[in-house]
Amino acid sequence: MNTTIVAQLQRQFQDYIISLYQQGFLDNQFSELRKLQDEGTPDFVSEVVSLFFDDCAKLINNMSKSLERPENVDFKQVDSGVHQLKGSSSSVGARMVKNVCISFKECCDVQNREGCLRCLQQVDYEYKMLKTKLQDLFKLEQQILQAGGTIPQVDIN
Amino acid sequence: MGMAAESQFHVLAVDDSLCDRKLIERLLQKSSCQVTTVESGSKALEFLGLRQGLQSNDPNELSTSPHIHQEVEVNLIITDYCMPGMTGYDLLKKVKESSAFKNIPVVIMSSENVPARISRCLEEGAEEFFLKPVRLADLNKLKPHMMKTKLKNQKLEEIEEASKDETALVEPEIKDSTKIEILPLQQDLQLVQQEEQTLCTNNKRKSMEEGISTDRALTRFDGITTTV
Repeated sequence: MNTTIVAQLQRQFQDYIISLYQQGFLDNQFSELRKLQDEGTPDFVSEVVSLFFDDCAKLINNMSKSLERPENVDFKQVDSGVHQLKGSSSSVGARMVKNVCISFKECCDVQNREGCLRCLQQVDYEYKMLKTKLQDLFKLEQQILQAGGTIPQVDIN
Repeated sequence: MGMAAESQFHVLAVDDSLCDRKLIERLLQKSSCQVTTVESGSKALEFLGLRQGLQSNDPNELSTSPHIHQEVEVNLIITDYCMPGMTGYDLLKKVKESSAFKNIPVVIMSSENVPARISRCLEEGAEEFFLKPVRLADLNKLKPHMMKTKLKNQKLEEIEEASKDETALVEPEIKDSTKIEILPLQQDLQLVQQEEQTLCTNNKRKSMEEGISTDRALTRFDGITTTV
């Protein structure tokens, strides 16, 4: 094991994950998720977030359909979608996505179709952005493990 | 406690979100519980009906479920509140109204802090109300509740076993040497019941008070992250 390489990768990982918290992509709940992962369940976090991203794609697609025709918007369906999205983003610590959902719900409550469409676009952007970021993070994790190192525990408190 | 190694607490977790199901499953496993997850209230009832043969006082209930495994029991139900079809509240009511399952403690989870909702659930018999996302610290509160059902079930099982024998009828206080295990269990059961009563009242009061003042945790401490 090349300890220099491992140390470098570990530092890279640490800096990267801290930046994700600092920039507001992730909140404390993500660190709670990481605590639940151990040697017995090394893919737990990536599996949960993967389910989350699948959820996002599905819900956004459904809401998009409901918002499609201006004369016939099913706001109830949109509201249900936003509620679910807010819930799951909260469960995984996807802070930006969750925050957009808050605005999204407000637009829904007043039946503002234009507002809803904007929020829909934003939530789509945010989840895809987070997906890319986390993919990079998990890649770093893999590199550390392959180099024979262990993944650092990052305590953001 | 003197319990066998394989007899873990078995929790039935109900949530329509796949993401959340995965999370609660892991949380419970991390708390050393055996977990079964289902996606709806009706699936939960189905699972209970097929598994929980022992606690039923009604012989007719048993006849509708051909595959009863008497060894599998549920020590706690944890359910999401907002679900399509049967809500967590509906499930809670059904469980508490059933003679077979009313002794199973039920915990409600919700992403929304609505005091009226919380008190309604607690009044209907929910042991705890957790705000989502649920954390490990929350689950530590569940042990006393699960302990109670487990002890009760063990006691019931032993009485059942004994009554199958050709020998004399068994009462819990019997001094027969083969039944001596029942005595300590009963004492423990009383202790746990008392403890649970106090916990219950304290939590209910705490939830009611904090539900209106804070917009965060009801049954956990604000700002403190438990490191595992």
